Formats: sequence, structure tokens, C-alpha cells
Amino acid sequence: MRLRSAITLASAALALAALTLASALPSGAADKVDPVADAKAFKKFFTDKFPKVKFEDFVNGPYSMNEDLYRQWQEKEQFPPYEFSLEMGKEMFSKPFKNGKTYADCFPNGGIGIRQNYPLFDEKEGKVITLELALNRCREANGEQPYSYVRDEMAALTAYMAFTSRGKLMDIKIPNDPRALAAYENGKEYFYTRRGQLNFSCATCHVQSPGERIRAEILAPALGIVNAMPIYRSEWSGMGTTSRRFTTCNSQIRGVPLSPQDDEYRNVEYYLSYVSNGLPISGPGARP
Amino acid sequence: MRNLMPKSALVLILVAAGAISASAAGSEDDFKAAYAAAEAANKEAGKLRNQWTTTANTLAAAKKAADAGDFDKATASAKEAEALAKASIFQATSEKTRWREMEIR
Repeated sequence: MRLRSAITLASAALALAALTLASALPSGAADKVDPVADAKAFKKFFTDKFPKVKFEDFVNGPYSMNEDLYRQWQEKEQFPPYEFSLEMGKEMFSKPFKNGKTYADCFPNGGIGIRQNYPLFDEKEGKVITLELALNRCREANGEQPYSYVRDEMAALTAYMAFTSRGKLMDIKIPNDPRALAAYENGKEYFYTRRGQLNFSCATCHVQSPGERIRAEILAPALGIVNAMPIYRSEWSGMGTTSRRFTTCNSQIRGVPLSPQDDEYRNVEYYLSYVSNGLPISGPGARP
Repeated sequence: MRNLMPKSALVLILVAAGAISASAAGSEDDFKAAYAAAEAANKEAGKLRNQWTTTANTLAAAKKAADAGDFDKATASAKEAEALAKASIFQATSEKTRWREMEIR
């Protein structure tokens, strides 16, 4: 009897030890982080899945998945619905702050044609800096209130900055810094992790099911999905930032969204942007 | 990669469905105990960065029923909220390793 109790106790202790060890290790510790191999496999997956879609067309989301939709998009681009936002962004970008400085003072090359370099990894801070975050930091550094990450002002500013980078290839760098690799890996983990009561991950829709319908929508491929941001969505009757897209995705699968620009969202944008390197910036975009 | 509906999804659905059928009659004290347990589980899910909107909605429904004096309904809702929160904890915990099954390699 004592022997049986001892065995049971030992088994429980072993199981507990194994569990403790497993929870202490980063979930990705078992595999080496290799962003170059990831990006290659990511691109291969989508180009194999959609052999008729031209590589650079992946940035056009659902429009690249269907010929009829593609024609609709070409017509839409004649009078794009994001045009008003673009104009607003251009005006806001050049209007000086109360201290006389402008956004141009906060960015390399005066903020023109640099969208393809964001998000970037700030080695001083040890974190990912998105364009939206950099814009608000610029505002705060110049004595202005930050904008909401999900509303029109931020969408307009990023729309203008994306427009000045149109056609430039996404060029996200991962410096040789373990914190940058960790941020990339955490972003990847977030992308593939199922959440919400519907038990969906980002990949459920944008890797497993691009081109398929979810209710009335045609799902976009994950490859190049961030290159079109920000977007005008007919469903929203307005513009949406990357932050808005992430938080809305979470709500739609019945998950409580995190706060915009929380580390998880910054990291997943970093991951998605990196694996879309080499695809042109097409933002601002328009989506059904 | 795996298919759209892995076993974990089935478990989550069963847990949530079980909660709905597990509603029980209760007094105000029963409600308070059930509500506290649900809130604690939801807080735990929050630490794992994986709360569900349905948990929050069901907690709100429990509170509303309690405010109206319907403690049977309030207790049942609180128990459902606890089951939902526990399912979200299970999801977050199992996904710590399972996410790699979906990764493009």
C-alpha cells in the first residue's frame, strides 16, 4: 500500500516537474528562429496555392483571388474611396504643430517614401515601433495629444505616408539582436494562436482559407496583407488603421481585443510585414 | 498544418455546452459565490491575454439578473460565465504549444 502511494506521489511530482519546466520555457524554444526560411516558406505556400496570381498582386487582398472582384477593384481605383482620407492626411502632415515643427521633423527623409521600413525594431528601446506608434510619439514629443489608433486621423496620416511609398518594396529588417528575434517569434506565435470563443487564429482565415467566403466576404491572403494598410472598408463605411484591423479581427472571433499597440499587435505586424518583404506597398487600399 | 476543427475546438464547444446545461437554482449567496468564481476565472484568462467577449457578456447578464432579484437566472449565468472563462484558459494554455501545428514551414 505504501509502495503504491509512493509511486503515485512520485508520478505526480514528476508530472508537476515536467509541467513546470514546460511552462518556464518559451514556447518556441524547441525550434531555431529562422526568419529568412520562414519568409521563403510563407511565399512558397501562397504562390503554390494560387499559381495564377502574380506575385505583386497578393497585396491586393481579396481582389487578387477572383477575376470579377479584380475588375471591380480596377474600376474602384478610378475614383478610390480613400481619396478624401489621403487629402486629409496630406494636409495634416504638412500642417505645423503649435511649436512650429511638423511630422517631417520626426522621420528620416522628412517622412516621405519610408512606409516600407515600418515596423522597425528599435534596438535602444528593445521593442518594435510601428508607423502608427511613431506618429503618436512624434505628436507627444511636440506637445500634441496622441490620436486614437483606430480612428480617422491616424488612418489619414498613415494613408498619406503609405501613398508616398507606393510601389516601393516592403523592406523590414531584423537586426542581429535576440530581442528582435524574440519579437518576431512572438509575432509569429500570435499569428498562429487560436483565440476567442470561435477558436480562430489569424491563420485560420488568412492562411487556411484565403479566397474562400466567410459570410459575404472573400478572405484575403496573409501574404502582402499589411502592404495595403490603411484601408477603406465598405463594411466600415470608412477608413481603418492596422490597429483597427487587428482589434476588429479579435472581436469578430469573440475574443476581447488587446489595447492598440500592445506588444502582441506590434509584434504580429512586425512578423507579417517581414514575411511580406519584397512585395510593393499598395496602401492606402480599398476593401469590400 | 491541421484542418479547421481540431480536437481542442470540440473540447471548447463541449465545455461551453456543458455549462449551459449545468444551470442550477440558487439563492443570493449561491449567486455571489458563482459570480466570484466566474470573475476569478475570467481574471486568470486576462492574465493569459485571452478573455472572450462571451464571458464578459454572460457576466453582465448574471449581474443584470441579480439586480432584478432573479437569483436562479443570475446563478445559472454566472456558472456559464465561469465555464466560458475556464474554456478560454484551456485554449490559451493548450495553444502555447499547439500553434506550431498550423505554422507554414
